Amino acid sequence: MAADSLDDYIASVAKALNLTIEDSWRSAVRANLEVSLRMAKLVDEFPLPDETEPASVFRA
Amino acid sequence: MATSTPTSASEIAKAVSSGRLSASEVIEATLARIVQHDPVLNAFTDVTADRARAKAREVDAAIEAGKNAGPLAGVPFAVKNLFDVKGISTRAGSKINRDLPPASRDATLIERLERAGAVLVGALNMGEYAYDFTGENVHDGPSRNPHDPTRMTGGSSGGSGSAVGGALVPVALGSDTNGSIRVPASFCGIFGLKPTYGRLSRARSFPFVASLDHVGPFARSVRDLALAYDTMQGPDADDAACTARAVEPTAPLLAENIGGLRIALAGGWFQTNLFPEAVEAVARVAKALGAARVIDIPEAERARAAAYVITTTEGASLHLDRLRKRPNDFDPAVRDRLIAGAMVPATLVDRAQKFRRWYRTKLLEIFKSVDLLIAAATPCVAPKLGQVNFVLDGVEMPVRANIGIHTQPISFVGLPVVAVPVPLEPMPIGVQLIAPPWREDIALRAAYALERMGAVATLSPRGL
Repeated sequence: MAADSLDDYIASVAKALNLTIEDSWRSAVRANLEVSLRMAKLVDEFPLPDETEPASVFRA
Repeated sequence: MATSTPTSASEIAKAVSSGRLSASEVIEATLARIVQHDPVLNAFTDVTADRARAKAREVDAAIEAGKNAGPLAGVPFAVKNLFDVKGISTRAGSKINRDLPPASRDATLIERLERAGAVLVGALNMGEYAYDFTGENVHDGPSRNPHDPTRMTGGSSGGSGSAVGGALVPVALGSDTNGSIRVPASFCGIFGLKPTYGRLSRARSFPFVASLDHVGPFARSVRDLALAYDTMQGPDADDAACTARAVEPTAPLLAENIGGLRIALAGGWFQTNLFPEAVEAVARVAKALGAARVIDIPEAERARAAAYVITTTEGASLHLDRLRKRPNDFDPAVRDRLIAGAMVPATLVDRAQKFRRWYRTKLLEIFKSVDLLIAAATPCVAPKLGQVNFVLDGVEMPVRANIGIHTQPISFVGLPVVAVPVPLEPMPIGVQLIAPPWREDIALRAAYALERMGAVATLSPRGL
């Protein structure tokens, strides 16, 4: 994501989730989100069969 | 503990049960040692002296009356401060949780240990909300390494590593979402067991990442580790993820011959990003166990990435309301990671959970041809407190986020692991013994064999 659009994304999601991000934290939040998205991309790039069940745990 | 008091849980229980030593004497010696050394280690956030003395008197009275006081009679233990201790607010390393009302009941695992005669002596320092690999805490100060107090304990169960490594208590409890038992065990030179996901009850402990949270014991010997673990097993309706399996005791199996076990080194990702000391520790353990075969673990780097994504998003979900209402009361480093976690699209989290299923299948296939895998627990020995970066395979990386790169791909699919301490100079370092699901006994047997061979050992604290 381009620099400006990631900043816009952070501002929009913060608003949607009712989260306050003070100016002094903004760059740290952005740096952390870049790492998280890089990790998520690594997962996203891996082809999975449509039938794959998620592994989060729930027992009724 | 005083020189006349044993430091091993099994020896203490034997001495107390036989009347050679009273539980009250053990607890007084323990409290004195905490007073003497905790100002350096900063392992304890709460010392429950009155409660411990009362429980010790109860144990002594039972023994005087000729009753069986339990397999852990008079054994002092302490717990990471995310376990509920009746009468204390469960702070989970945070400032915010100190405003919670005091817990009305102990965590299940505390109840089970005390039912077996053990005596709780306090709650232990930890990284804020368990989102940590360092053992540092901005509110309570860092827990310090018992072999060199200028170094990290590892986190997030840092106080647990420090208290057991410093021989303040023979047994402590911690939690492990991505490595938080195995990392402090490695840095503090002690044994740690992260059981199979769902094996031990998490009831009445403060959560972090529900689909990845495990709890387990630390100890100074394999026998003590198994003793504590066996005592805590069993179903618990108060933890939705806790198994219905009956107790499967491991202590009676420890001395079984391991000659028939198929043991291999974890390859690929697990043999990269290692400092020379981690390479040396893995080689020593492999040699002692006669393991030469290397098995590539496919997509371990991606597994680590998926664990990262699930952790940051589930953690963000847990703390969303606190992030809205009290953002300035968090450790800023934790807050900024959690806010970022709240912004990861749900589609990517779902893919991480689906990848988890795929990866689990692959690992279960591997365990058809092998019984135990060996891998480094941490890339290096304990870094200096406050150290920000280290150089791994020629690349400068942040310490905080990368200490657990070899533990994350394992807990991601809930495999049981015993972290064993290799006593290198000047600092110890741990190695993971990784078993198939529900086979903690295999990892414990291998750890016991290594301990008997002298390949792994808990040393006297060199920093005290």
